[in-house]
Amino acid sequence: MNAHLHLARLTGAASLQDGGRRGYLRFGLSASGPMDPLAFAAANRLVGNAPDAAALELGLAGASLRAEGGAARLALAGATSGLRLDGEPAAAHRSFILREGSELRIERPREGVFAYLAVSGGFAARSVMGSRALHQRAALGGLDGRPLREGDRLPLAASTTGEAEHGLDPIPLEPAAPIRVVLGPQDDHFPQAGLATFLGQTFTVSNRADRMGYQLDGPEIAHGPGGFNIISDATVAGSVQVPGSGRPIVLLADRQTTGGYPKIATVISADLRRIAQRRPGETVRFAAVDLATATRLAREEAARIAALSSRLKPVEGEAERLMAANLAGAAVDALRAED
Amino acid sequence: MTHDAPRLLPCGDTAFTIEFGKRIDAHLSARVLALDAVLAASALPGLLETVPTYRSLTVHLDPLRADPAELGRAVLALAGEPLAAVPSTRLWRIPVVYGGEFGIDLEAVAAHHGLAPGTLIERHSAPEYRVAMIGFLPGYAYLEGLDPGLALSRWPSPRPLTPAGTISIGGAQALVASIAAPSGWHLLGRTPEKTFVPERDPVFLLRPGDRVRFVPTPAARWDALAAAAEAGELVAELCEG
Repeated sequence: MNAHLHLARLTGAASLQDGGRRGYLRFGLSASGPMDPLAFAAANRLVGNAPDAAALELGLAGASLRAEGGAARLALAGATSGLRLDGEPAAAHRSFILREGSELRIERPREGVFAYLAVSGGFAARSVMGSRALHQRAALGGLDGRPLREGDRLPLAASTTGEAEHGLDPIPLEPAAPIRVVLGPQDDHFPQAGLATFLGQTFTVSNRADRMGYQLDGPEIAHGPGGFNIISDATVAGSVQVPGSGRPIVLLADRQTTGGYPKIATVISADLRRIAQRRPGETVRFAAVDLATATRLAREEAARIAALSSRLKPVEGEAERLMAANLAGAAVDALRAED
Repeated sequence: MTHDAPRLLPCGDTAFTIEFGKRIDAHLSARVLALDAVLAASALPGLLETVPTYRSLTVHLDPLRADPAELGRAVLALAGEPLAAVPSTRLWRIPVVYGGEFGIDLEAVAAHHGLAPGTLIERHSAPEYRVAMIGFLPGYAYLEGLDPGLALSRWPSPRPLTPAGTISIGGAQALVASIAAPSGWHLLGRTPEKTFVPERDPVFLLRPGDRVRFVPTPAARWDALAAAAEAGELVAELCEG
């Protein structure tokens, strides 16, 4: 049997995600992919993968994983609180070797929502329509078209542990930062009072929050005389639709591709990860920016992802710790080769 | 015929929508599909995907390769030019078993309109429809061309689950459902054809712009057609040209 990770324990949501399934929006299929693209790319870069390789996405989840059939080089990034390797504390935002038979325990995060566990070489799930990302509603991708559950065995594409261990600075979750939006496409459906509520008041992420979208609690956004029905048109990741209740819903990675509620604004692409990392009960304030600013921020975010590789830092003192722990020789040799 | 001027609606930094109007009608849909065809042939840098709907076209773009405002203005200019209607070369003849367990709302909808169930079937299967939009769920095909006399508001609350292949109407729209899902629409019948099969090429049978005719089919043929579809055969007929 090839090397795999045995998901011995899982509380919360977990799925395989890669860069997403592109090209099917006109057929009603949203792209899926990571809810926090920066953390996802960071986890992959830490283990030497392409930034969009398939990784495990954990949503408010705790998990225990055991390496079976071989060792694996792993890294966890994003909303992380605690890691234990065979009971010993370990660090997120750096790569490490999970030896065959060893157990990695991931605590449920105390801040943020999504964490990404990447494995060197990626997971070996079947690609469906060009992607391994789970789209749960369509039962596509992931492991057998479904979220992960306790007892699953995640096959590894390769058992490569040879590269040196690296670290990255954790990515701040910025739980108080305003979520920036570009108004429209249907901001003209709303009266001044509705727009003032949307941009001036504080909302709270409700319990109705998943990969399709986050429904927000808080003040009611007034509709205009046109009401709350439009002839359905297309949605995008970040569309803020306002149904009859007046409580906004931010549509995200697995959203419905069209909808019949007016969309007051669109969360800028650079801030999708920030709102995705807000937990039920946490606050959201929106701030309008113009399209030129949103475009500049999108390019900065892309540059941040592109720069991850050059920001990898060798982990200091690692060789000594590894030798003391009598770990696999390959990893130690790789570290020595770097000297 | 006079046209409303198309409008450019921003959808953040990765998309924009060109809105031709706010109605469901054949002329708006034809203009949307015509612009879609122009863009497909244009190879504009940074343009990624387009999504036609009844009355608008949404353009997805890569903000690293195109300035969203500039691309939006360029596409709006194309939308304002006279657009040659795109001939629809594909016609699907889709078998539908109406009524009974296959279309549990047929009798109620017929009664609402004061029609015999057979007359409702005739009037629902008479038009040549056009796929105006595929969306909401993967492969859900929304058709333009419903007999206005059959239009009927949706149920106030959706049914928890309706089967794949459901043929339904809601408001002035007609729908071919690809997968099982909750629905507040009126269920008139069901097709054994599979319009969304991830392992098949093509994955999605229907494309925006395709023409569709419903072929009333006896319930006695359901099992054989469903078995054929299950085995991977096409049970709908594609007429090209």
